[in-house]
Amino acid sequence: MSETDRRPAPSDQPASPGPEPVADILGGRSRQAAGISVMRQAALVPVIILLIIVGSFVNSAFFTVSNMTGIGEQVSSLGVVVVGESLILLIGGMDLSLEGTYGLAPMVAAWLIVPVTAYGSGLLLSPYLAILVLLLVGAVIGTVNGLLIVKGRLNGFIVTLGMTVVLAGLQLGIVGGNSVFNLPPAFTYLGSGTIGTVPVSLIVAALIFIVVGLFLRYHRTGRAIYAVGGSLEAARAAGIKVDRIRIGVYVAGSVLAAVGGLMEAGRVSAVTGQQGYQEGIIFSVFAAAVIGGVSLKGGRGNMVGAASGVVLLGLVQNILDLSQVSNYWIEAVTGGVILVALILARVIGGEAAAE
Amino acid sequence: MTTTDPSAALTASPVVEAVGVHKRFGSTRALRGIDLALQPGRCLGLVGRNGAGKSTLVSILSGIYPADAGEVRLYGAPAPPLADVDAWRGKLATVYQHSMVVPTLTVAENVFLGHQPRRGGVVDWRGMREQARQVMLDWGFSIDVRQTCASLTVEQRQVVEIARALAAGTRCLLLDEPTAALERDAVQRLFVRVRQLVASGVAVLYISHHLEEVFEICQDVAVIRDGELVLTAPTAQVSKEQLVTAMVGAPRGSDTAEPALAVPARAADAARLALAEAPPCLVVDRVSAQAARGSLREVSLQVRPGERVGVTGLLSAGVATLARVVAGADRWQSGQVLLDGQRLTPGRRDLALRAGMGYIPEDRQAEGFVKLLSVAENTTMTITDWLARRLGWLSPRSRAAAARPLARRLSIVSAGLGQPVGELSGGNQQKVTVARAIVRRPKLIVAITPTRGVDVASKSLLLAELAEITAESGAGLLLATDELSDLVICDRVIVLVRGEQFTEFTNPPFDREALISATEGLRSGDGSSGDSRPAGPAAAEGQEPA
Repeated sequence: MSETDRRPAPSDQPASPGPEPVADILGGRSRQAAGISVMRQAALVPVIILLIIVGSFVNSAFFTVSNMTGIGEQVSSLGVVVVGESLILLIGGMDLSLEGTYGLAPMVAAWLIVPVTAYGSGLLLSPYLAILVLLLVGAVIGTVNGLLIVKGRLNGFIVTLGMTVVLAGLQLGIVGGNSVFNLPPAFTYLGSGTIGTVPVSLIVAALIFIVVGLFLRYHRTGRAIYAVGGSLEAARAAGIKVDRIRIGVYVAGSVLAAVGGLMEAGRVSAVTGQQGYQEGIIFSVFAAAVIGGVSLKGGRGNMVGAASGVVLLGLVQNILDLSQVSNYWIEAVTGGVILVALILARVIGGEAAAE
Repeated sequence: MTTTDPSAALTASPVVEAVGVHKRFGSTRALRGIDLALQPGRCLGLVGRNGAGKSTLVSILSGIYPADAGEVRLYGAPAPPLADVDAWRGKLATVYQHSMVVPTLTVAENVFLGHQPRRGGVVDWRGMREQARQVMLDWGFSIDVRQTCASLTVEQRQVVEIARALAAGTRCLLLDEPTAALERDAVQRLFVRVRQLVASGVAVLYISHHLEEVFEICQDVAVIRDGELVLTAPTAQVSKEQLVTAMVGAPRGSDTAEPALAVPARAADAARLALAEAPPCLVVDRVSAQAARGSLREVSLQVRPGERVGVTGLLSAGVATLARVVAGADRWQSGQVLLDGQRLTPGRRDLALRAGMGYIPEDRQAEGFVKLLSVAENTTMTITDWLARRLGWLSPRSRAAAARPLARRLSIVSAGLGQPVGELSGGNQQKVTVARAIVRRPKLIVAITPTRGVDVASKSLLLAELAEITAESGAGLLLATDELSDLVICDRVIVLVRGEQFTEFTNPPFDREALISATEGLRSGDGSSGDSRPAGPAAAEGQEPA
């Protein structure tokens, strides 16, 4: 924020020289704490390994490069939304409408690109401008949610539930319930392009996880997010601009959901009316975040956990696809497996996990 | 009482007994071989510094934690397994400092929470109300059992909790710092109730930081230090000095009686007093504010650099409101607050902080720290803008470097700067809150009841530290408190009555009696030591006692 009032850090306070027993204990303690937190973060690794073994038995095509990159491509759009939802969960909020944004933002962008005959607006906007609009749509939705929840003091659950339905309605409304195909390569590159054999979407999603993870750990605003989620009142009393951070996080979450939507549209080379709300992706988003140890109560969780939650979910989905479970049963099985994964995460991660 | 008296047959034997109880938390030995017995019809005071093991002992006696070694005996028999909630019910009840009533339910529902009287399988509402009323009547409590607990005062909620325990037939009460949130009058009424309970044969364990309370109502006293009972004696046979010595450990100098009263008379104090001629750093100009916990009406005051100004009054007098308004934590409706000549925006804590306002909030559990975050992070939460490098990136190392000198200076006892503050004892949590306020080198420190729930030794350390910081840095101090012993470090004390400035004491040391009568809205007839003078036009009103 303001750099003008920068003053010398108060490290020149009277410090008694001499032996420093505190430091010893500190070293031991922080190493131990770091050990525990790494263990917590890595809690899902055994489960993921187990899944890979199971998958290899189920189908020999499972543990192949092409299948693995396929999983990567499939989960990256979900992963980007999970990053957004995790940020919102960390400040102690929740946003159900991310699935609406995930569908509507790419739909608006696609609608601006394609001609009227393909159910577009006829504006024939450049795909680059359209992507800008897509980000803007995300930002506007996030701002509205944030203002209603933070300034309007409305309940986040009900606001974003209502918003979900509004967004899904708009998504169908502007194209009369049709799907938009024939999208320009610039628009689908993020979702379907590859660098070598690696999908662009996977690289971008991984970068987003890393950047947001570092931001949360080493940036003052990232730390303020943990403070706000841990205790709103304490953060306020410490002079943190609580409202600004909360609204900002809602905006960031929605923009990330829009980016995730763009990836998905690129992957399937179309924007359908079903994308987002009617697919019900919000359940997977919450499941991945919570399995990954992001607390629904706020203030607890990190990107390593969230990423492993996403990977776990992707593996389960893929194994079920390969094991040829009947289409009618696949949802029941997926839901059951997610519940089991939640229980496992709780058992392995201890008290704090999965709450 | 309609309930049977299970202790009648065994009057001489203890109701609750801890035999050689050990408890470990990780590497910390919280309790080491505690032997403690509660006798029917006696009140045992349990005192000790923060972190000595009082809370752990209470948790074990009330069946929240198992003991690692040793056993708890109830009415002469081994205590039931922890999971068997029903077996514990009616045997013993704990009343905590923080209220455990459900605010949305009625008094009657709270009294019978979890085991409402039934009739044909459904809750017998009329019967429940009747029985609750009967309990209140039996024990001389006067609370309408039909109102919801949200509308009750802190004192009344405590009564509801005691009534809940009694309704279950409990003959043993553990009171964990019951007076921490009560006003003086309410404390006296609580004492009357406790005496009444003890007289009827109930065994009471009374935990408090206030030694004078222990002397007032306890027959016996036990001192716990570092997980061991170091002294158990009838209250009549020990002196306050002996208790303090036992609590602190090593024999101490002359300041044993009331350590908090030892005002730090340091060389820096001379420099501080020289600042008294400087223009005020804080000007509060006819501020009026509406607040649930006490409104303000046209309050004006000034604090000069280095000056320590106390504000006190009854709970509803607006003392905390004034401090919150000044700190930027609450809005105000009219008037203005200036810090170093700069006008502050109502209710903007972030702007107040940047203008140089340090803030030690009243409710440290809610506002003082983020319990999941580390000591270092909480301590430096107010200065992340100073610590951050380009683009706001912040290294944990610079945080630790900034926090370490303060942690050492305030002797914050933790397993390291990386330990979450939620795991520290109450006194150390409060030190973190203080560190967070002073780390930014404020021009003015606003502190609300900074020593509440803090043990005697930490209390004097905190007060001395606040005094020293103001002396060193020339920061002003606005100390809002209802604990009169906090006021020893103040140069002036302003007394609020019903949101208005009632009088001001300008000559320390302040006379306790005069202060108390002033908070009640009574004019003391020319106080012996405290030079009391009426303050402004507001003095005409508020004459009648509250």
